[in-house]
Amino acid sequence: MTKTFTRSAIALAAGAGMAALMAGTALADPAVLYDGGGKFDASFNESTFNGAQRFSEETGIGFGEFEITTDAQREQAMRQFAQRGANPILVPGFNWETTIRTVAAEFPDTNFAIIDAVVDLPNVRSIVFKEHEGSYLVGILAAMASETGTIGVVPAFDFALLNAFACGYKQGAKSVNPDIEILDTYIGSGFDAFNNPGGGAEVAQSQLDRGADVIFQVAGGAGQGVLQAVADADKLGIGVDSNQNHLHPGNVLTSMLKRVDVATYNAFKDFEDGNWTNEIITLGVAEEGVGPAFDEHNEALITDEMRAAVDEATAKITSGEIVVHDFRTDNSCPV
Amino acid sequence: MSARVPLPAWVDRILLPVLNVSLAFLIGGIVVLLVGQNPLEAVQIMLYGAFGYGDGFGYTLYYTTNFIFAGLAVSLAYHAGLFNIGAEGQGYIAGLGVILVALWLNGTHWALMMPLMLVAGALFGAFWAFIPGYLQAKRGSHVVITTILFNFIATSLMSYLISRVLKPAGVSADESARIEAVTRVPQLREFIPFFGYSPVNLTFPLAIAALFGVWFLIWRTKFGYAVRALGFNPTAAHYAGISNARLIMITMALSGGLAGLVALNEVAGVQGRLILNFMAGAGFVGIAVAFMGRAHPIGVALAALLFGALYQGGQELAFSMPAITRDMIVTIQALVILFTGAMGEMLRPPLERIFARRAPAVARPAE
Repeated sequence: MTKTFTRSAIALAAGAGMAALMAGTALADPAVLYDGGGKFDASFNESTFNGAQRFSEETGIGFGEFEITTDAQREQAMRQFAQRGANPILVPGFNWETTIRTVAAEFPDTNFAIIDAVVDLPNVRSIVFKEHEGSYLVGILAAMASETGTIGVVPAFDFALLNAFACGYKQGAKSVNPDIEILDTYIGSGFDAFNNPGGGAEVAQSQLDRGADVIFQVAGGAGQGVLQAVADADKLGIGVDSNQNHLHPGNVLTSMLKRVDVATYNAFKDFEDGNWTNEIITLGVAEEGVGPAFDEHNEALITDEMRAAVDEATAKITSGEIVVHDFRTDNSCPV
Repeated sequence: MSARVPLPAWVDRILLPVLNVSLAFLIGGIVVLLVGQNPLEAVQIMLYGAFGYGDGFGYTLYYTTNFIFAGLAVSLAYHAGLFNIGAEGQGYIAGLGVILVALWLNGTHWALMMPLMLVAGALFGAFWAFIPGYLQAKRGSHVVITTILFNFIATSLMSYLISRVLKPAGVSADESARIEAVTRVPQLREFIPFFGYSPVNLTFPLAIAALFGVWFLIWRTKFGYAVRALGFNPTAAHYAGISNARLIMITMALSGGLAGLVALNEVAGVQGRLILNFMAGAGFVGIAVAFMGRAHPIGVALAALLFGALYQGGQELAFSMPAITRDMIVTIQALVILFTGAMGEMLRPPLERIFARRAPAVARPAE
């Protein structure tokens, strides 16, 4: 009897505590829900976080955030944010597509944004990148920096988006040197490959053994293993998504930037300034949404010729003279 | 050894697991304290998240459904002395069976489709477990090794099939086409609004039925008797005229079939499509559930509920206490697995000493 009473008392107290807690968080702050790779992946998700963080520091407005552990949590957490009044709610990654379709329809007065997918609902902003264009530019740099005539690319696994990076990279490299050999090796076979830096290091090592002296990693968190292995062998790696030039100065040729941080910052800022639009925003080389990173950590590695070649290709892509094939349009790569 | 006195049944079955879980939470509480949060508040949030409101409770039951099937799969094999570590892969492959049937007859009413998808999932899961069973029975390849390896094969095969074969054109995420609402296993919230938006569905009552089914199979049928005989002593079972090889293959197939029902819940009930890695570790949690539940359906049910509550409560905790990251939630879940599974027997010797001293007159004559 007493036991039952204690138990219900605990439940009641917990309920009251939660109610108070929820009342506290019912603010109109923006929210970010990270994709499976997690917040600090030194890559895609972290870039989102950096954008949100910059917005928060500049405006003093906080933001809610959540890292999912299972797919069932996607809908649950997004709905929790919407129910508690978060606005706008931004999600990086096309894995959110189905979730955002469901939840955005339930909360027509809340604004949503998704990166890497197109969702045509009246309250959703879609942001997509032309990763193949930026990868084309780093492919040019890789081919010019290579002394062995063999370069590599390491995508996490067989996956359309990652293949689009790899395919753009190959096209860029071949545009410089049609005879260049390009090794293309996956780390694993599923999303867990993103969290496997050990596997990334092994794959990079095998490419190094086969003569590659520049390796482009397209593997999220696992890419750190690739860059580490390449740096240990004193060869050149190429980072992805965020600027990773600083990870191993002198051994990271450049990074294929995907300005997810800018897209996130702009989304929150637009909402704050009342300029929010629910449209499809496409960010390519012309919009400076993708491209190689140049900073003090790689200036010794980039020659003037390389810089000129990138500038020329950038101009041609912008003008439409060069059309980089997107793997995702037909699931195949011409080179 | 002769001085050891067996524990009273209630101590063995109730006190020991409760102590193990308490220890896990104690250490987990210290972890929470170390990151500067209040452990009592954390427990409160977890309890509220798991049981305090309809949505949360529904999510708890949804996770529980998966863990019951996976736990039963491991338990059934365990009774035959087989350690099936492959529930993860068997459930994953079963998803293929479920989606193939669902997409083939997409648009058909669920009342007809649910049994069909169930059978398809169970058959695919059974097939994936039957191969290691066959290799164990006929070729002597240890089932622990083969089932682990079959998990990897399942992951690679399913990644390939989903991204290259089942994915419709124009979809960027790696997933199959969608199952129409009328064909999907209905959500319990359609009958009981209390469950809010939670994904607990008709697979849950099916899981409860499976608990009874497995209990009946193991303790009330000739087959179950043979399975247990095999598990206790294969040589004696063989001497008694039981075909060990045949029994190993059948038991593994049944075990895989049970694991396959996780796919019914996930694919046909929750996601409405086949996605990459929908198992999300449920098959491995099943091992912990089976061990904690002593491979008995009642124990499996309680352990599955505990882990379901941990998963859902953990989500609530990560959401409400941003300082506690999802990695810390995994740590707490791992502590429970560690103390109930790997170190589940740690407290037995001291408990035996305590109870031997307390009731020597009762225990001794039983020797």
